[in-house]
Amino acid sequence: MTAPITTTSMAPAGPVFPKKHYLNDGTTVRSWLLTHDHKRIAILYLISVLIALFLGGVFAMVIRLELLTPGPTLIEALTYNRMFTLHGLVMIFMFMIPAIPGVFGNFFLPIMLGAKDVAFPKWNLTSYYVYLAGSALMLWGLITGGADTGWTFYTPYSTTTTTNIAPVMLGVFVIGFSSILTGLNFIVTIHTLRAPGVTWFKMPLFVWSIYATSIIQVLATPVLGLTTLLVAAEHTFGFGFFDPARGGDPILFQHLFWFYSHPAVYIMVLPAMGVISETICAYSRKNIFGYKMIAMSSLGIAFVGFFAWGHHLFTSGQSAFDAGAFGAISMLVGVFTAIKVFNWVGTLYKGSIVFTAPFAYICGFLFFLVFGGMTGVALATVSLDVHWQDTYFVVAHFHFIMVGAVMMGFLSGLHYWFPKMFGRKYPENWALLAAGLIVLGFNATFIPQFLLGNAGMPRRYYEYPERFAALNVASTAGASLLAFGFVIIAIYLAVSLKYGEVAGRNPWGSRGYEWDVPSPPPTENFDQVPVFTRGPHEYQDVPEELGKVGHAI
Amino acid sequence: MQSSATARKVTAEGWLEPPPLPHHYDTVENHQSALRFGMWLFLGTEVLLFAGIFVGYFVFRAYFPESFEQAARHLSVKLGTANTLLLLTSSLTVALAHHNAERGKNRNAFWLLMASVVMGAGFLCIKAVEYAEKFREGALPGKHFRFSEITAPGGPIFYVVYFFSTGLHAIHVVIGMSLLTWVAVRCWRKEFSPGYYAPVENAGLYWHLVDLVWIFLYPLLYLV
Amino acid sequence: MNEIMRRLLFLPEQASTFAKDVDHLHYFVIIVTMIASFGVGLTAIAFFWKFRRRSEDQATPFVAPTAMFEVLAISVPLTFFLWWFAIGFKDFVKLTSPPPDAMDVYVMGKQWMWKFAYPEGPNAIGVLHVPANRPVRLLITSRDVIHSVFIPAFRVKMDAQPGRYTETWFTATKPGRYQILCTEYCGAQHSKMWGEVVVMAPEAFDEWIKEQQRGLVSRQDVLADETSQVTPQGSLAQWGKQVAVYQGCLRCHNVNSTEPATGPSWVDLYQQRTKLTDGREIIADEAYLTESMMEPTAKIVAGYQPLMPSYQGKLSGPEAAALVEYIKSLRSDRTVQLTGGEE
Repeated sequence: MTAPITTTSMAPAGPVFPKKHYLNDGTTVRSWLLTHDHKRIAILYLISVLIALFLGGVFAMVIRLELLTPGPTLIEALTYNRMFTLHGLVMIFMFMIPAIPGVFGNFFLPIMLGAKDVAFPKWNLTSYYVYLAGSALMLWGLITGGADTGWTFYTPYSTTTTTNIAPVMLGVFVIGFSSILTGLNFIVTIHTLRAPGVTWFKMPLFVWSIYATSIIQVLATPVLGLTTLLVAAEHTFGFGFFDPARGGDPILFQHLFWFYSHPAVYIMVLPAMGVISETICAYSRKNIFGYKMIAMSSLGIAFVGFFAWGHHLFTSGQSAFDAGAFGAISMLVGVFTAIKVFNWVGTLYKGSIVFTAPFAYICGFLFFLVFGGMTGVALATVSLDVHWQDTYFVVAHFHFIMVGAVMMGFLSGLHYWFPKMFGRKYPENWALLAAGLIVLGFNATFIPQFLLGNAGMPRRYYEYPERFAALNVASTAGASLLAFGFVIIAIYLAVSLKYGEVAGRNPWGSRGYEWDVPSPPPTENFDQVPVFTRGPHEYQDVPEELGKVGHAI
Repeated sequence: MQSSATARKVTAEGWLEPPPLPHHYDTVENHQSALRFGMWLFLGTEVLLFAGIFVGYFVFRAYFPESFEQAARHLSVKLGTANTLLLLTSSLTVALAHHNAERGKNRNAFWLLMASVVMGAGFLCIKAVEYAEKFREGALPGKHFRFSEITAPGGPIFYVVYFFSTGLHAIHVVIGMSLLTWVAVRCWRKEFSPGYYAPVENAGLYWHLVDLVWIFLYPLLYLV
Repeated sequence: MNEIMRRLLFLPEQASTFAKDVDHLHYFVIIVTMIASFGVGLTAIAFFWKFRRRSEDQATPFVAPTAMFEVLAISVPLTFFLWWFAIGFKDFVKLTSPPPDAMDVYVMGKQWMWKFAYPEGPNAIGVLHVPANRPVRLLITSRDVIHSVFIPAFRVKMDAQPGRYTETWFTATKPGRYQILCTEYCGAQHSKMWGEVVVMAPEAFDEWIKEQQRGLVSRQDVLADETSQVTPQGSLAQWGKQVAVYQGCLRCHNVNSTEPATGPSWVDLYQQRTKLTDGREIIADEAYLTESMMEPTAKIVAGYQPLMPSYQGKLSGPEAAALVEYIKSLRSDRTVQLTGGEE
């Protein structure tokens, strides 16, 4: 066995585009569609989730345009009700849940552990096709009969509505399977495929966040699966499990549904937090402030998050005791996030920071996570939730986290890892412009929605009382700005795929383990078993390569 | 899962050599433990899938204790017990099959696995008989309920829980039978040896889970 | 101060005893949220500026948090969160404990309207009269799917669920009109399922309710299923008109002209040749009209959506007949005067 590659090996002077890498290792369609390579599967996921993001965004624009006037504007009520159902289902199940784990988790988890692939590569590919199949079934159901229940499909409305619920429910069930398989694969990979020297507390923090996410995926998603089956069965066969006229209990649905759907929000946010841990160290060239706290707080969020679901039922007539218990537990989850935020800000202290687009997204992430997270704490304050439940305040809160935090995390990671995945740089000026538009547009879209919620505008309203008009117009204007920002990103990233400047192995001078392999990486990731001689977030010494390899601008 | 059996050579002991180690694993032990761990995780998800319907059972039992008791008396304890014995025995044969495969005794393992499959089929036949009787009696879920023997409120709900839980379980019995059949075919091809028997073990674990779920369903539905 | 914050945050007027407490906690939480989020964001920007990269070879020190830092990072947020929880929970307990002398009002949500009933009568659709400065307890249920009673000005909300009663209560503080909005998605007209609370001075309310109860012969329980919800008066068609108003048919069916609305107009409907969505043509006779009330999705008129809920179990046999008679009486070529019932 030849000597292992160490991390102080010298790279050639100028950026080099490797001759053979995972993208050109087999160029037939078949080699892509039947690939076992986790990196190619990541690219397949990337294409699909971006399509989903686009679709979800289109539905969002239709909603916002309809809400420009208090009365009917563009479409009729039933179409509008289908629109917000589509928007929610597509965004959550086809984008938010699979995106960061499916794209960056798949691409980087093995490399960050020094492995050549995930534990079960064929199941990884299967998981992708299951995601496609479930998405196809769900979309088909939504387009034909068209569910109009909202993504939360509360009973008894969802079990008695005349729209086409069964295929949508089954589609969600199938997509859930994909989520379970991915989570399972990642957990086994982290347990069994770490290279020598990569102990648990030497793993990159992105891996910790994926680990916590995978635990939630594996434990919570089956309950959603069961719930969708029950709703589909009741809708089709008239079972009456949730129908009071037949002795059933609609609140049982809410408990079963939220038992998954509350941990699900942590499936969405934990990976983004992991991305931020990576990028914040890279762009401040600084060790992470409190590695163990951040790693453990991810597990803490995953664990406590399972017990907080009842805060979605504060106004459903539950007892004060239940409300109190769930409210108190919800507060605890907030503390774990607060720990992370303080540690991230602490990472910037005495760093060596360069303001790139990913860093702009980090700043946005921090602000939006704190604001959105604390409005979450506010909602968990039971008496306040009585006023805010099911109003635009809740809509603003979760969009602050889902778009403000998770999407910023996704964009930060996309820009950070773009050179690694495709070997080329993106144009920094355009990226900074787009980041500015997105942060601005985001604020303009969703801050008015907090105020709408305060004023008392309920969710899922096709028409609304006159007095809510001005804030709605403001929100729609912001949404247009936000959309424009995304369009710009799509354009320059697409162009950079072919015409971007060659990046070289480590344009950012990052210490993440994934930057030790070429950009783009070879199919095998590593020729020999790698030995990482330092932690993934440690910058206190200066190897020569830091000065010699360029950076993105 | 592994490279095809035809590419593997027959060894002196009569079984095929183990398939090559996948390129991203360093040792066979690591690979085997990964397969086992993955299977246990998957079984965990199945437990959680069924957990929800058990929650439903307990919730509705608390709402409608009398009708649940009445309905339970109308279930055939004889048939339920027969089913339980079938599944328990089939778990035994599966465990023995694993034991044999581990020692490379592929033919024995084949017959034991097929015995489990046959017992699984027997289970499904008895279930079909029970279902047919329910259809005749009108002891059906939700809006189809017409069983006048249940006088207390909540009859339709009992049958929702009954049909949904046993139906979901039956689907898993079918999946288990398919897995066992496929592994049995591989036994016939003498694929397993002391160096490679994970598929038998994993299919066996799945079957044991199917059995375990029934062990909980049976007393809750039939006996109390 | 309270007024400034209230306007800044776009909160509705504070029209119940509950509202002020809720709003004060709201201000506390939001102000700390603003300080924390801007604090974090600005610190990040400030740190970027202070610690911006000055040279490529710049090294950074290894900085680890002290135990004290972590203790503070946990305890300071936790203290705030639990403090807010304590205040909020105390207020929530107040909200779920109506005083024993509260005046009861039954509220029933159904697609897509609110019905109110006082135990001694009267009943009303869409408008709830209450006295100021006296506690009112709402006993809420639903006829079909889950709805939610939300009165923003009172900061009060409670889901209306089928098959059970939920309750909430409030004490209105100033006379006026306050909107009720449905806050649990319930179908096509969810966003029009509005109502109104009319708060009257206590004496004015006492007079009003006495006035309302004078005309009543017997106590009417709006939520009973066995008897007709509407006492028959006059001809069968006149009774049908009251049932139509009471059951909310007129929300979707026009009776003044042949203009279509959410559902087909009833004017000239009887015996009309009607085209259905599946291409069949039928005559709208008594059988069809009755079937459309009980199983509305069996035959849907072309050009309309399948939105009508079933009235199976909600209309008694005689009421359905009365409705049919009323529909028969609606012709555009002759006007038939029908008295009784509200419109």
